[in-house]
Amino acid sequence: MAGSTLASPSAEAAPVAAPAASGRDTWRRFRRHRLAVVSVLVLAVLVMGVLVGGLLWPVAIDDIDFSAMLQGPSWQHPFGTDDLGQDLLARMISGGRISLAVGFAAMAVATVVGVAVGAVAGMSRRFLDPALMWLTDLFLSLPQLPLLLLVIYLFRDRLKQVFGLEGGVFVMIVVVIGGLRWMPVARLVRAQFLSLREKEFIEAARSQGAGAWHLVTRHILPNAIGPVIVAATIEVSAAIIAESTLSFLGLGFPPDIPTWGRLLFDAKDHLDVAPHWALFPGAAIFLTVLSINFIGDGLRDALDPRRVL
Amino acid sequence: MGAYLLRRLLIAIPSLVGISLILFTVLALAPGDPFGELASNPNVPPEVRAALRLKFGLDDPLLVRYLRWLVAMLHGDWGFSFASRIDVDDLILQRLPTTLFVVGSSQVLALLIAVPVGILAAIRPYSVFDQVANTLAFVGFSLPTFFTGLLFILLFSIKLDWLPFVYQADVAATGWHWYWEHVRQAIMPVAVLGFFQAASYTRYVRASVLDVARLDYVTTARAKGLSDGAVTLRHIARNALIPVVTLVALQIPAVFGGAIVTEQIFRVPGIGSLLINAMLANDTPVVMAVTFVFACLVVLFNLVADLLYGWLDPRISFR
Repeated sequence: MAGSTLASPSAEAAPVAAPAASGRDTWRRFRRHRLAVVSVLVLAVLVMGVLVGGLLWPVAIDDIDFSAMLQGPSWQHPFGTDDLGQDLLARMISGGRISLAVGFAAMAVATVVGVAVGAVAGMSRRFLDPALMWLTDLFLSLPQLPLLLLVIYLFRDRLKQVFGLEGGVFVMIVVVIGGLRWMPVARLVRAQFLSLREKEFIEAARSQGAGAWHLVTRHILPNAIGPVIVAATIEVSAAIIAESTLSFLGLGFPPDIPTWGRLLFDAKDHLDVAPHWALFPGAAIFLTVLSINFIGDGLRDALDPRRVL
Repeated sequence: MGAYLLRRLLIAIPSLVGISLILFTVLALAPGDPFGELASNPNVPPEVRAALRLKFGLDDPLLVRYLRWLVAMLHGDWGFSFASRIDVDDLILQRLPTTLFVVGSSQVLALLIAVPVGILAAIRPYSVFDQVANTLAFVGFSLPTFFTGLLFILLFSIKLDWLPFVYQADVAATGWHWYWEHVRQAIMPVAVLGFFQAASYTRYVRASVLDVARLDYVTTARAKGLSDGAVTLRHIARNALIPVVTLVALQIPAVFGGAIVTEQIFRVPGIGSLLINAMLANDTPVVMAVTFVFACLVVLFNLVADLLYGWLDPRISFR
């Protein structure tokens, strides 16, 4: 199947409606994917690192020290310092919190919108389905990064006034990334709904007088959830890359919020004298994204019994 | 074929209109006023400002403004760059060939890697080669282009000093040397973008070959006593690569996104770096036009992929 790019025809024709596997079965199948299990550990370490790292390494992120500019890793500064002598480990802990939060929040936005659009399209038997699918295809053919940049370019100042500096940029980046990445989930959900709604157990529920809302939330959605979980996992890594890309281009978070992408942006002009400055945040992004992608792959194997050899 | 072409063109138009509508709505909803500078300038009296607003129709209803903007875009009247002091369409036309060259070469590189690797991985599924290729593919599309770009600069420009890391449109050399310099400076941007795409294409090719390899006609071909190589190349690969065209087309928006990043890292003078610089300089006409050009390019290449698909696969009817 098509890796992180879920908008592929093969993803849409995904095997439908695996009978809900029991938790233990799922775990057993997941465990068989060794890299996925290692990835869970790596991701756990990274998440714990940014969550409690601030307690273990209580160094201010904006502690300027001109006597320690652009230094490589040492005992005093395990990840070295930047051009103002600020401690990079502390900055990475603080920035990682934001990078990961953006990833998960944008995934939530994309998944909620995608499930809603997909469910409405999948349940509709008249003009709503083609209209929504046309919209989905339209969004799929939008050039995402330019549009993302455009929206941020145009709305940055207004949101800063409303939500404050940090909050405004956070809300905007989450909403925009989520709002431009719901299409794969929507297509997936619709494909699942189209086949599930014709199944006998749905007919049985309907014959007992179940309304559309009850059918969707209690019968169809629980059976369609497997592929959605896989897609949502991949969305997290895509959103983290999107946020880092924005910050790397200098159009994401402001300089005083050192997300991993922003650290790379600041580091790129000092590559010759301070390569560590770019290598640590870059490696952090890479490890996070890689482990999330492997977890998604493992979940795909685990949640769909028919794909396991 | 002609009717098919026409039909695909007619399908592309609504999506272009839809995209332009989205872009225009975003612009219209944005808080900034294009005459903001005039408002804060004490030398411009309020009557003049009102007259200017009237002249440019800024107080008209949204739909009227959209239609006027669309007509202007279609006439090639794309506005005037505040920062560069030349017409936007000239600016974009200067930059476009570089972007297309970098993106095009990187796609060729990506396919040159992905097709053989994907086929080899799929004909021996779960072999060591397959597992290594699969892991590398995962690493490939988990490495963001901006990080690979920095790693390449660090390795090839700073440590080894083999390649230049600033792309120059006008190389001061003649003859063969000129071509060589161009190739040398294009290697890193093309490789960064190419490797990233190759990773996902490899997985597409592999999945597609695996799907085709278990079809009955392949068994028939083997039963006839054809060699493995002939079956793989002439029977499996030819059919398996057709759906890959569609998957590649779906990646086009991502490809242009990657192009923006690589152009910015290596300072390639294409439309991607133009977009970023225009944003940093608050040059709204250029920002809008470049975004629209990216949208048009995506629609155009989707159209090309559709036509290619119809041409490659005779089972698609041209009705």
